[in-house]
Amino acid sequence: MITDQLPILILAVPLLTSFAITIFARKSPILAFSLLLAAIGTSFACSVGVLRQLLETGATIHYHVGNWQPPYGIELVIDHLNAMVLVIVSGAALLTAVYSRHTVPAEVPDRFPGEKIPERATNYYTLYALLITGLLGIVATGDAFNLYVLLEISALSSYALLSLGRGRAYFATFKYLIMGTIGACFYLLGVGYLYIKTGSLNMADLKGLLASSILLDSQTVKIAFILIIVGIWIKMAFFPLHGWLPNAYTFASDTTSCLVAPLMTKVSVYMMIRLMFSVFSVHYIFEVLGFQDMVVWLAAAAILFGSVSALGQTNMKRMLTYIIVAEVGYMVGGTWLGNSNGLTGATYHILSDAMMTLCLFMAVGAVIYKTGDSSRESMRGIFRKMPVTAVVFLIGAFAMIGIPPTCGFFSKWYLVSGALEAGHWGFAAALLISSLINAIIFFRIIEIGYFPDFDAPAAASGDHGHGAAVMAEVPLTMLLPMVLTALSLIAIGVYSNEIITGLVSRTIPAGLL
Amino acid sequence: MAEIITDIISKYNYWAFLILLLMGLHAMISKNNLVKKVLGMSIFQSAIILFYVSIGEKKGATIPILAHGHGTEQVHQTAAQMVAGFVNPLPHVLMLTAIVVGVSTLGVALALIQKIYRVHGTIEEDEILENIKE
Repeated sequence: MITDQLPILILAVPLLTSFAITIFARKSPILAFSLLLAAIGTSFACSVGVLRQLLETGATIHYHVGNWQPPYGIELVIDHLNAMVLVIVSGAALLTAVYSRHTVPAEVPDRFPGEKIPERATNYYTLYALLITGLLGIVATGDAFNLYVLLEISALSSYALLSLGRGRAYFATFKYLIMGTIGACFYLLGVGYLYIKTGSLNMADLKGLLASSILLDSQTVKIAFILIIVGIWIKMAFFPLHGWLPNAYTFASDTTSCLVAPLMTKVSVYMMIRLMFSVFSVHYIFEVLGFQDMVVWLAAAAILFGSVSALGQTNMKRMLTYIIVAEVGYMVGGTWLGNSNGLTGATYHILSDAMMTLCLFMAVGAVIYKTGDSSRESMRGIFRKMPVTAVVFLIGAFAMIGIPPTCGFFSKWYLVSGALEAGHWGFAAALLISSLINAIIFFRIIEIGYFPDFDAPAAASGDHGHGAAVMAEVPLTMLLPMVLTALSLIAIGVYSNEIITGLVSRTIPAGLL
Repeated sequence: MAEIITDIISKYNYWAFLILLLMGLHAMISKNNLVKKVLGMSIFQSAIILFYVSIGEKKGATIPILAHGHGTEQVHQTAAQMVAGFVNPLPHVLMLTAIVVGVSTLGVALALIQKIYRVHGTIEEDEILENIKE
């Protein structure tokens, strides 16, 4: 039956489409765009189908690729955790794909004025499809080495996408490439050490083998764990390994930022949770290894560092990238608190943070699309000129601060109660301080947005020359995904109880209180 | 002392891999020239490839191809005896994929360096940073 094949279709459709775009749509960006939209739409539909199947039966789905039996064959394993992340990744990718209709033609060939090269836009869509394939693959796979390959597929396509930016983009991407390769190689090395000790690469098989008491005290396994986790931390830009992220994401084109910023870090957090609890075990991480406390303190430092750095930025994209660094701290800290409230908060925050980062990057991207300026001053008079974008930005900002009807509040609630339960006051304080700083950051921008005329409107409105009161909203293809994302922030918040009891609470591994 | 030396000699493959790995890491982090960084990256990746390949090796084992596997001749060995005679092919196969990944990363890195040279007119990191500040 076709529904049995849904897990592989999630990956196969965007992968094959990336080839189809290169082969059939080289000269026609419109065709390439339609193919991409169809592929990601199919992928999203399949992800939702898998999620529904999972919610109906409640049993983890195992798909053996090519019918090779695990542990030798590659297996796709979909439980509640990755079904949720699959829907987030494909959903965010779909929204960004719609959003990219007008932004990609504006961003990509622009850099060679007078010489139109359609291949540049179609190449962009090819890379887009490959990136999504890689990310969805990381989420779906149940094989540790396969995860490395898909990690590199997504990383390589993201290097290429991020370099198609402005100014320093090439150099920033080069630094990311070096750091990203170190991260991926550490992960590969860690998997190699596990392979020496266990002779297996299948995650479920590894978990069974690593549970034996001989391997519990093994130095090799300990080193393997540290290599894997540090590799993933480099990939997710966890403080103090975050150095590459702000520049790489700031100088990228706006569509790429919308696509990469919400997804890459969140998928890395998923990867960390998956490897911690599906390869290693709760017992191993929180009882055998002794550095739980240190990691939570690092996470608290990440939150404070990210928030304070964001406070000092006047470029809005740069400010958002520092907020991402802080948000990574939220999720890593929540996971390492070692109790079920903390992990619930972290897992739910994967969902809410992906959507709020997407929402804010889309709104800022829309402002940049209209004004060509990414500084805070470009927001002046935004509520008059672009009311829909402004409201979308407002909802995103509310979610980021954590104001109740939006989803940001509920993840913070769980994270803070997890921190208090673990007695980790430092992490709880960092969360609250970061909320306050977010409030300062965003209300300052909203204030700029509300008051257009007070000081020197001519200088502020600059070169677009419409006058402050003229409405100049972005095209519908950009508005629609923005509005949907903003609505999803409220919906995720309103239905937080259903999401947490029906989905997130089932991802908590046994043994975690 | 003698023990340490025999220890090093008996695990020479790990030592070789470790030295290469650290050489690569050092070049990636501390070299000023971007091409040297990329060379370091290549050494770093190759070190991991060599590490994987060396763990599949066994003393006196041969390539894992079953002689007369399809013929009419009978195989007079048990499964365990047969396995002992072959190197473990799995790490080698994994490294085929890792080599492909390494080559593509190298390609993307070199393309980026070319673009950096066009924008900044140099591939020395400190000069690029000065160029950016101006």
